[in-house]
Amino acid sequence: MLRESELDMAKAIRREIVPAGEPWMGRIERGQIFRIVDLEGNQAVDTLFYNAETLDERYSAVDTVRAQGSIYLTTGTKLLSNEGRTMLTIVADTCGRHDTLGGACSAESNTVRYALEKRHMHSCRDNFLLALARWGKQYNREFSKRDLSSNINFFMNVPVTPDGKLTFADGVSGPGRYVEMRAEMDVVVLISNCPQLNNPCNAYNPTPVEVAVWDAA
Amino acid sequence: MTESTPYWVLWEERVMPGAHWSGLLRRGVTMRIMDVTGGANVSVLLYNYDDPLERYNMPDTLKAQHTAYLTKDYVCYSDMGRILCSITEDTFGWHDTICGVSNAEMVEKKYGKTRYQELRNDYYKNGYDSLLTELGKYGLGKRDFGATINFFSKVTVDEQGALKFHTGLAKPGAYVDLRFEMNTLVVMTTCPHPLDPNPQYAPREVHLTAWHSRPPARNDPCRRKCPENERGFRNTEMWMRQM
Repeated sequence: MLRESELDMAKAIRREIVPAGEPWMGRIERGQIFRIVDLEGNQAVDTLFYNAETLDERYSAVDTVRAQGSIYLTTGTKLLSNEGRTMLTIVADTCGRHDTLGGACSAESNTVRYALEKRHMHSCRDNFLLALARWGKQYNREFSKRDLSSNINFFMNVPVTPDGKLTFADGVSGPGRYVEMRAEMDVVVLISNCPQLNNPCNAYNPTPVEVAVWDAA
Repeated sequence: MTESTPYWVLWEERVMPGAHWSGLLRRGVTMRIMDVTGGANVSVLLYNYDDPLERYNMPDTLKAQHTAYLTKDYVCYSDMGRILCSITEDTFGWHDTICGVSNAEMVEKKYGKTRYQELRNDYYKNGYDSLLTELGKYGLGKRDFGATINFFSKVTVDEQGALKFHTGLAKPGAYVDLRFEMNTLVVMTTCPHPLDPNPQYAPREVHLTAWHSRPPARNDPCRRKCPENERGFRNTEMWMRQM
C-alpha cells in the first residue's frame, strides 16, 4: 500500500549515501524511524536485521510472510524475527512492494544462475561478509556467515505466479521512492546495495541509495 | 529395476506424529519419505555434514530453478552453489518452501496449552522448538535456523501475493525420494504445517527408507532440468574431487 511519510529529511539525525555496490551497517534504536531512498530508481537494497543484543534473534523472511499471509512487503508489514516478535514495522512506502524470497546474490549462486565465469563478479553476500569482517565487531563479536539468513530486497520485484513460477522482473520502483520503518526493538541493520549486473533487479545499472534515521517523535 | 525402487534397503525408520528426527545421508544414498496415512507435513533443514556452515538455501534453490515450490526433478541448493540433494521421485506434486514452521505461541493459540506433565508424550509439539532440539545435537542453534522445506504441504500465492494452504490433498502412501549428492545432515519434524487450518492438533507419522542409488548420469532428469542445474552439478562434482 502506497503511503507517504510526513517526516522532514532536514530533521533526520543521520543521513548517509551508500554508493552503488557497497555495504552499510548501522544501529537503530527502538522508536527511531529508518528510511531507505532509491535515489535513481530500480535499485535493489539487500537488507538484514538483528536484535542489537543477541544474534539468536534476527529477521525471518518465512515468519514475516506467513504471519501476514502475503509474500510482498509494504506499508503495515511487521518485520518479524525467528522468535516471532516484531522487529520493525513498515510505516511508509512510496514504491508499493518489496521482495523477501529472492535472497542475496553471491559469487557461488552466480556460477549456477548465469555462468561459471561469473564467479569474480561483485555480489551481495561478498558485501555482507566484508561488512561483518570490517564492522561486525562494533555490534557483536560473534558475527559470522551463520548470521546471513534470508534477507529483504527493498525495491526489488520477484513475482510468484499462481502456478508457482518465480521470476526476477523489472523493478516497480523509481527515482526518489522510499520505504520507511519504525524500529520496535534496538536493531543492527546490515545492507548490501546490490551490485548484480546479470538480471533486471538493478535495471542493469546499480546506483546509490540513501539511508536516513529520525529520532522517535 | 528403476532408481525409484529400493533394491537394497540400508535402513528404515518410522518417525512418529509430531516427532523430530535427524540423520546423516551420504552422497549416493536415496531416502524416501512416505506419508503413510496421508495428511502429513514434514519440515526439513539440510546441512553439509562435513561443514555445517554450508546449508540449504531457500532463495538460491528457488532462483536457480525459477520456482516457488519443489517437486520431482528439482534439486535443493546450498548457499555455496552446490546441490545437497535431488528430488528423483514425487507422487505428491507440490512441496512448500516459503512458510517456515510453527512456534510455541502459535501452537498454544491454535490448539490450546498442553504440557508433558498431563499428557506425557502426547503434548503438542511445535516446529521451531522441535528443530532447535535436533540442531542442538550437532552444536547448531538459532543462528543456523533457516527456511524449511515443508514436504506434503501445498501453499500457493495469488496475483496479489496472498498465501493459500490447500486442503483435501491427503494421499495415503504418497512419497518423495531425495537422492543425496553431498554428505548431508537431515533434520526434520513431523509437526503440522503452520497454515494447516485443521483446528485439531493432528500430526501424522512418516516412514523413511534409505538405499544406495546410482550416481546421477549425464542425462539425469534433475541435471537436465535447466542449465542452472547442469552448473550446480558441476560445482558439486568439482567439490567432491577436492575432498
